[in-house]
This record gives sequence, C-alpha cells and structure tokens, in this order.
Amino acid sequence: MSSPERKWKTIESGPHTYEEALHPVVRKNYGKWKYHEIPKPGVLMHVAESGDAIYTVRAGTPRQDTVDMVRLLCDVADKYADGHLRFTVRNNVEFLTPNKENIEPMIQELESLGFPVGGTGMCVSSVSHTQGWLHCDIPATDASGVVKSMMDSLYEEFKDMKMPNKVRLSTSCCSINCGGQADIAIVVKHTRPPRVNHDHLAMVCELPKAVARCPVAAIRPTVVNGKRSLMVDEAKCICCGACFGACPAMEINHPEHSKFAIWVGGKNSNARSKPSTMSIVAHNLPNNPPRWPEVNEVVGKILNAYKEGGRPWERVGEWINRIGWKRFFEETGLTFDDNMIDSYRHARTTFNQSAHVRF
Amino acid sequence: MEGAKDASSREGHHCGGCHSEENGKFLNPTPMLNELESGPWPSFVSGFKELAERTKKPMLRGVLDQLEYSYNTKMGYWKGGLVTVDGYGAGVITRYSMIKDKIPEAAEFHTMRIQPAPGLHYNTAMMRELCDIWEKYGSGIITLHGQTGDIMLQGIEEKYVQQCFDELNEAGWDLGGAGAGMRTAVSCIGPGRCENACYDNLNLHLKALKHFVGVLHRPEWNYKLKFKFSGCPNDCTNAIMRSDLAVIGTWKDAIQIDRDEVTAWVEKKGMDALVNQVINLCPTRAISLKEGEMHIETRDCVRCMHCLNAMPKALSPGKERGISLLMGGKNTLKVGVNMGSLIIPFMKMESDEDVEAFIEQIETIIEWWEDAGLDHERIGETIERVGLKQFIEGAGIEADINMVSRPRDNPYFKAPY
Repeated sequence: MSSPERKWKTIESGPHTYEEALHPVVRKNYGKWKYHEIPKPGVLMHVAESGDAIYTVRAGTPRQDTVDMVRLLCDVADKYADGHLRFTVRNNVEFLTPNKENIEPMIQELESLGFPVGGTGMCVSSVSHTQGWLHCDIPATDASGVVKSMMDSLYEEFKDMKMPNKVRLSTSCCSINCGGQADIAIVVKHTRPPRVNHDHLAMVCELPKAVARCPVAAIRPTVVNGKRSLMVDEAKCICCGACFGACPAMEINHPEHSKFAIWVGGKNSNARSKPSTMSIVAHNLPNNPPRWPEVNEVVGKILNAYKEGGRPWERVGEWINRIGWKRFFEETGLTFDDNMIDSYRHARTTFNQSAHVRF
Repeated sequence: MEGAKDASSREGHHCGGCHSEENGKFLNPTPMLNELESGPWPSFVSGFKELAERTKKPMLRGVLDQLEYSYNTKMGYWKGGLVTVDGYGAGVITRYSMIKDKIPEAAEFHTMRIQPAPGLHYNTAMMRELCDIWEKYGSGIITLHGQTGDIMLQGIEEKYVQQCFDELNEAGWDLGGAGAGMRTAVSCIGPGRCENACYDNLNLHLKALKHFVGVLHRPEWNYKLKFKFSGCPNDCTNAIMRSDLAVIGTWKDAIQIDRDEVTAWVEKKGMDALVNQVINLCPTRAISLKEGEMHIETRDCVRCMHCLNAMPKALSPGKERGISLLMGGKNTLKVGVNMGSLIIPFMKMESDEDVEAFIEQIETIIEWWEDAGLDHERIGETIERVGLKQFIEGAGIEADINMVSRPRDNPYFKAPY
C-alpha cells in the first residue's frame, strides 16, 4: 500500500513523550506530592512539599468520543487549566489548575456542555468497557449502549460520594470479557455453539489452531463433502466464541442466542483484602437493546443492597465476604442456582471446604 | 424476530445513494439509536450524529446505519483482514462490513491504535493536532481510551491509512500494538500528582516501551505481552489482572507517620473511626494503640495501602522505594482468569542503571517464554503449565517465600537428593 511518492520516513518512537503534556505545576512538583483531599465530589486537591496546591476537576465522558467533543474539552482546558488535560483509566477526563477560583466556573461549563462532574472517592465511577457492535468482530451486544443506559440510572451515584467505598463497573460484549474484572461486571454470553461454515473453513483457517483454541476440547477435525473441516461437540461446547478468533468460519454470532450475566466482587487494589476475581450472581438475562432494562434492574438491586449494608471502606466483594453469599442473595433478591457452581479447572478452590454454614 | 423484521422493512434506506437528504438531514433515521440520546449521561449517539451532520462524511452515515441495523437484528457485522503501514505488521485493526451490499458507505471502518503519553497526559496543542489529522483522513470518531490503553482512531479506509500515519508520526505519535507481540502499556498518574507513587512509572513506561518498540510493531512471539505500571499497591491501572508484566510500586521500610496529623485526624473523625476504619481493617493486624498513640509494626505490614488511603495527610509510604514485579495476569481466554502473582518482591527503580537492569531482566524472561511457551499461550499460562520453579530457574530468579501464599501442600516432587 506504500505510495512511491511517500516522503516521510517512519520514526518508531513508541509512546508519545509526556513532559510537555504535564501542567507546569505538576512538572515543578513532580514526585514531591505530600497529600491530597477531596474538597467536594468531582474535585481533588493535591498539596506538594513545596506548599503548591493543584486542583483537579474530573468529569465523565462517553468514551466513544468525536473530534468535536475532544475539541470542546480542549477549549475547557485552554480556558481554565492552562492548556492541559488528562484521562483516567475509567475514561474520565481531568483538568488540573493551581487556581482555586477556576473550579466553580469550570464545573459549570463542563456541566452545561453535558459532561457530569464527579467520579471521585466513594462513588460509582464510569464503566470500563468494550467495543460491541460498533467495531468488534464477535460482539453479542453493544457495550456502549448498555453503559449509557446504566450510567443514566447511576448518574447521581457518579456525581456523589455516598457508597461504602468506590464501585468500579465493567461491561463486555462476549464472555472473553475484555471489559475486565470489576466490583460489578455486566458480561454477555453467546448461548449457541458455533455453526461451522464448511465451504469457507478450509480457505480461511489453520485447523490445528482452531482445535487448540477451545478451552473444553470440543472441536475435532472431520471431513465434509470430501473437504477437510471441523466439527463441534455441542454437548461439550460452552459457546465462548474463542474459536472464532482463530477461525472466522466458526460462526458464533446469532441474533437470538445470547444472554447477559452479572458478576460481582472483582477488586484489583491490594488495600485491606488481597485482590479478588469476580463471581457470577445472575445470568440468563435478556439481551434487550436499546436500553437493556433487565440488566439495569439487577445492577440497581446489587448497588442498593451494598449501599445499605456495606460498612465504610468495604468494597462489594469485602462486604459479601463479611455477610456471606447466602445473605447477599437474600438482600439483593437474586437467586443462586446450580449453574453458579464452578465446573472448570480449580473448581474445588471455590467449594466450601469447611463446616462453616449460614442458616 | 420482531427486530429483524423491522430492520428488513427499512432496508429501503440502505440502497446506496437513496438516503434522506431531501428532508434536510444528512443522516438516515435511526430510531433505536435515538433512544440512547435521552437521559443525563453524555450520549455517544448524539456525538456521532452531530459529527456526521457537520462533516457530512458518508462513512459516518454508513456506520450509524450499520449500528442501527445491529440494534435491530442483535448481530455484529464486522470481519477482520490485513491492513498495515510500511514496515509494520500491527497497529491497524482491520474491519470490513459483512453487509456492504446493504450499507456500502461503511464498507471499510478500520481502527488505528495510537500510543498515548504515559499517564494519559495531554496538552491541548498535541490533542488538537491529533484531531485535525484524524478529521482530515478518518471518520473523526475517537475512543479515549481502548482497554489496552491506546487512543483508538476509529473509521478509516485503507487508502488513507499510510498518509494518516505519516502525518501522525511526524507529529510525534506512533501506532500501538496488536497481535502476538508487545502491546501498548498503561500507567497511572504516578509522580505527576500522587503522593503514593513509589517510583517514576511514567519514565519506566516510556523507556521500556521504546526498548520493545520493534516487537510491538512486528509481533513474533507466542502471544501478546502487556505491561502495566502502577505507582503503588492501590494498582489504579489494574495491572495485576490486566497485564502479563505488572510493575507495582512498593517500599521496604516503615510507613512515615506525621504525629501531629494523626492527632488532627483523630480530633476531626474521632477515636471510633481510628479503631473501626483504620486499625481493625489492617489485614495483618500490624496497627495497635500504644498509650493512646497509633503504632505500626513494620515487620507485620504487607504494604496493602489501606491506612495510607484512610489517612493520606498523616501517613506516607516509606523512604526506601522501588517496584514489585508480578506476572501472569490475564482474563478468560484460554484457561480461565489468572491473577498476576509475585515474581520479584523488590527492585530499586531510581537510576538509569536500575531501569537498564529491569529491562535486562524482562529480556531474559521473554527469552524463556519464547522457548517454553506454546502458540497463543500467555506467559502466565506457560508458567502454570511448565511450573513456577522451572520458570524462575530459566529466568535466573531466586526462589523467594513472597512468591507463594504458602509452601506446597503435597509431597509430589522429585527430590534432588
């Protein structure tokens, strides 16, 4: 695709350099910060050993942005933050300023542009999520739409700090779960084994790679109409879609066969308890665009119970560890069933290997 | 299915050329997507529509039509392919529409992954330049940021990819990773603003990723390899779960205590809060009261961060700072979720020599993995399959009790005596 008249010679520079991107007060006090406070939701104050203070105003974004939206954010940064801005790993935008008097006008301007100020401290922050129907090749849903619907309901929780501790959410468009582990994760699942496109398969797939990709060894080589192909043991198949990545002839996408599951208790911070992975607490929820009300309802039930019962600093998983899974299901109104018993490798580590019982 | 029927009944809008400009609007009707324009949270649909109406880019109309079609039929319609730039084998995520006969305007919708600055810091001049170049060649849709940490420039045709890359590259940007190679990394804000940053993660991120830039652009390993750099064990980048190589700041000596600030904290929040929210929540019961004064037994402290988070003005990490390296974090594919586990408890990370020693260690680790790993196997899976003991031998790392939560509980090993 190279054009003969190409003049630029590539510089393999890797990440963009960061020094010019740092606010001057940040550069001056780099590595010499003393403490921080949260004066109000959406605002942080960091104080350096030098006595300098820098204020951060944080706001939610849709993550799927446009150049127009980014230019608006740049206008805010030019006006109030000396031309600097940054993003958090949860897709929030941050503006840093040493001028305390910039905070209120900046908040007003961000809010009037439609960017909610919040996402700090003990709040429900915005959602780490995947690409969905907009761009992915094996999506069973559209994470951006699920997230928009959910954050509409959780808007006040984003702007406030009334949870026992921070709540991190994620949303994923298949059970490979690129959205990641979180306090509450919304993960859609394909529910029908892939249909094998035998005409297509030999041309587009390396057979051993597709066989090796399956986590439950459900794919076997076969011959169909004289041509080498693959077959799926449908009793074994867990419909994860992994084989599609190695072989697009393993057609997993289907308009009806997908359902949502809700997982809770993921935590990556080391604070207090060790980091933990999530557990499934609801599944078989309908994939119902454009606003997925059933998913929203379950997330709401979990958050309400946690907000009500969690003690200060307890993350969702820590709250459940204290009250026990039995009470978790009682207080959220969700139902435990036999599909929630692990049946994969290391399942025993999730069994109750004790006589501790809750009645 | 009702949705599918509804979509097919509106196919008239997607016959290529027969769109609805006659009613003054550039875009075709998207009733399903429009449902996502109400409510207080900022709407990506409104953003896309406004951009499309301003720029009149047919690709944007096409992609909104295809997304609307997906919302009706509950199916995705993108397939992969191979698009790249001169000299690179990765960095452009190729997307061709499977329904281009219905919706030709979004026949190609490739993504360019761009590596941001460590810590996701920008100035408006660099951000505006990025937007201008992107609007010139692409759709103008931009994701900040993708799950691996890239700027995702979404929606470009193959014929513009090289020119777009050349201009971006001239402005200081480079493509991100994809495929079986080094991937784009993520850093928290680090020493830029955080009092808990135990090393200069932005500097290490930049140097490590520059070092591995060749295999980031030309993937040749078993599978992907991701770095994430968190300044402290709060691990704001989710390194332990989202990266093969989790570099997490830590310290060796005692937590620094400002006695006056402890007193001020207790005066403000009360003794109950000190007991219930700090002392009782210490996971190793390292904190106690001695004659009314808060005392931390450093030998019992595991550097979890809780007391520092609760009392940021009174407590700070110790002075002997550095990093821990955890390895093997990854999500579901293929053998289930794997949390990173501790491999190197402590390395200093202050001088250029420290950085070089770290990169050298990572080189040795990767050499072992290239040799011992299977196709499409993440390094954590290789370590689990082959054995942690065998891994540390191969990587020249000494066994350390911190690598395990306890010694083995079964006698099944071949004794060397």
